[in-house]
Amino acid sequence: MTSVKRYSPLPGFRLAMGYTLVYLTLIVLIPLAAVGTKTLTMGWEAFWAAVSSPRVVASYQLSFGASLLAAAINVVFGLIFAWVLVRYRFPGKGLIDSLVDLPFALPTAVAGIALATIYSENGPVGKLLEPWGIEIAYTPNGVLLALVFIGLPFVVRTVQPVLGDLEKEVEEAAAGLGASRWQTFLRIILPHIAPALLTGFAMAFARAVGEYGSVIFIAGNVPMVSEITPLLIITKLEQYDYAGATAVASVMLVFSFVLLLIINGLQGWMQNRHAKGA
Amino acid sequence: MSATIALHAGSLEHAETASTREPAWVRVVLISIALTFFAVFLLLPLGTVFAEGLRKGWAAYVAALVNDDAWDAIKLTLITAAIAVPLNLVFGVAAAWSIAKFEFPGKRLLITFIDLPFSVSPVISGLIYVLLFGAQGWFGPWLQEHDIRIIFAVPGIVLATIFVTFPFVARELIPLMEAQGSEEEEAAVVLGASGWQVFWYTTLPNIKWGLLYGVILCNARAMGEFGAVSVVSGHIRGQTNTMPLYVEILYNEYNYAAAFAVASLLALLAIVTLALKTLVERQTRRQLQEIIEPSGE
Repeated sequence: MTSVKRYSPLPGFRLAMGYTLVYLTLIVLIPLAAVGTKTLTMGWEAFWAAVSSPRVVASYQLSFGASLLAAAINVVFGLIFAWVLVRYRFPGKGLIDSLVDLPFALPTAVAGIALATIYSENGPVGKLLEPWGIEIAYTPNGVLLALVFIGLPFVVRTVQPVLGDLEKEVEEAAAGLGASRWQTFLRIILPHIAPALLTGFAMAFARAVGEYGSVIFIAGNVPMVSEITPLLIITKLEQYDYAGATAVASVMLVFSFVLLLIINGLQGWMQNRHAKGA
Repeated sequence: MSATIALHAGSLEHAETASTREPAWVRVVLISIALTFFAVFLLLPLGTVFAEGLRKGWAAYVAALVNDDAWDAIKLTLITAAIAVPLNLVFGVAAAWSIAKFEFPGKRLLITFIDLPFSVSPVISGLIYVLLFGAQGWFGPWLQEHDIRIIFAVPGIVLATIFVTFPFVARELIPLMEAQGSEEEEAAVVLGASGWQVFWYTTLPNIKWGLLYGVILCNARAMGEFGAVSVVSGHIRGQTNTMPLYVEILYNEYNYAAAFAVASLLALLAIVTLALKTLVERQTRRQLQEIIEPSGE
């Protein structure tokens, strides 16, 4: 290790690096490798049967579909939140800025039972929606709602700093050249914050696909209708179908890793643009 | 969510001029949308937890918290956090020290690996330890021979919690220490300080707010984790029930008031976490500003 590192007078590289690698390997890499080896020992046919049964496919459709939609909704509301927090002054702003992170801080099970109570037939919001024929709790709508809840901070917190960095002079110049406010937003501001919006979208999407605690209480968990993929993994485990659970998990893991690489790429892109702009 | 982001978010308030301002009705609409969304999506769930917990009165609330099952769940949650947080703290410091203070090939890859647990579903975070230590797992037969229980026991809960909270401290410290550079440490070495002296007297005072920030977030997640812990716990009352799992059991038994009473403790933890986080963000922002503009103030 020391032969390849650039010279630094500071001590402790071997110790810190050694500890980092050992701990990372023991806690993260070896356990994750267990999913890979377990999947590889299954054989292709058993694997394919496990990951493509109708119930599993229905769960992918719900998990990925609802997550995509939730992330898209988060982009819209997250942008409004970030915009309002960066640009306007209004009462309660400090409180909102602090509480935007509530979905990060509130344990998912707590969020789950609270949302299920609020949107059930007798809950404060569910009661209002029932006469209109809108059912949220115990339907796929409930899954979507829970995923919107947990995804919001990702978009707000990635867009907020980028929006704050946008120099006022650029907007003034656009206005001076005769652009309307809306044109300035579409042509100047939106391109500037697009990478951040996309990163926030990808992060909210990634989190939503794997989310479990806040969803299961409100989802109703009806197979083929409102059963998310993470719950299906648990169901398979409880039936001692370890191979099936691992196969479905490996599909989700591969997807998560691809998404992680995309997010890292997006963040690199954001930093580069940021560096050029500064 | 790094300290760098916090700095930008707070320091650049836009001064308004007529040409770069939206019409009044647009501002009102946007602020109204944000406030409504905030009230319905964030305040209402938080308020519901406390309202439902207190629905049957104060005596029932206290009774739900002061009994053996609840106390065992609280104890296990505290023990789990007390093991997981310090371990990830030490790891976070070691990882940030090697990544921020030294150059080596594969650095980006290492950072990606450290981030991995954040992108893995909590359910899979539990599953991986079942595959290693469960009855049918790699080490299952050996563990059974030696009568060691990891899955459906406390060690499994601790391991799953360590996994899901793994990146918190490291990912706060890495950007902070990279921004700070290593001139001060190098000066200390030249002046004859030993490795530990450099760390204690030079680095630690510089990173203490970032460190605290990471620890606060790590602790909140460690105490609140549900999915990963649910997979490895086996839900044995009084033995392998953490607070979030106990909330689930009570809720599924239709004991809603008690479920929300226990949940309200976790919601309080979340509120304290956010309050501390806001305070620490202010401190880091100030500290970072001193780095960027040493002459100012």
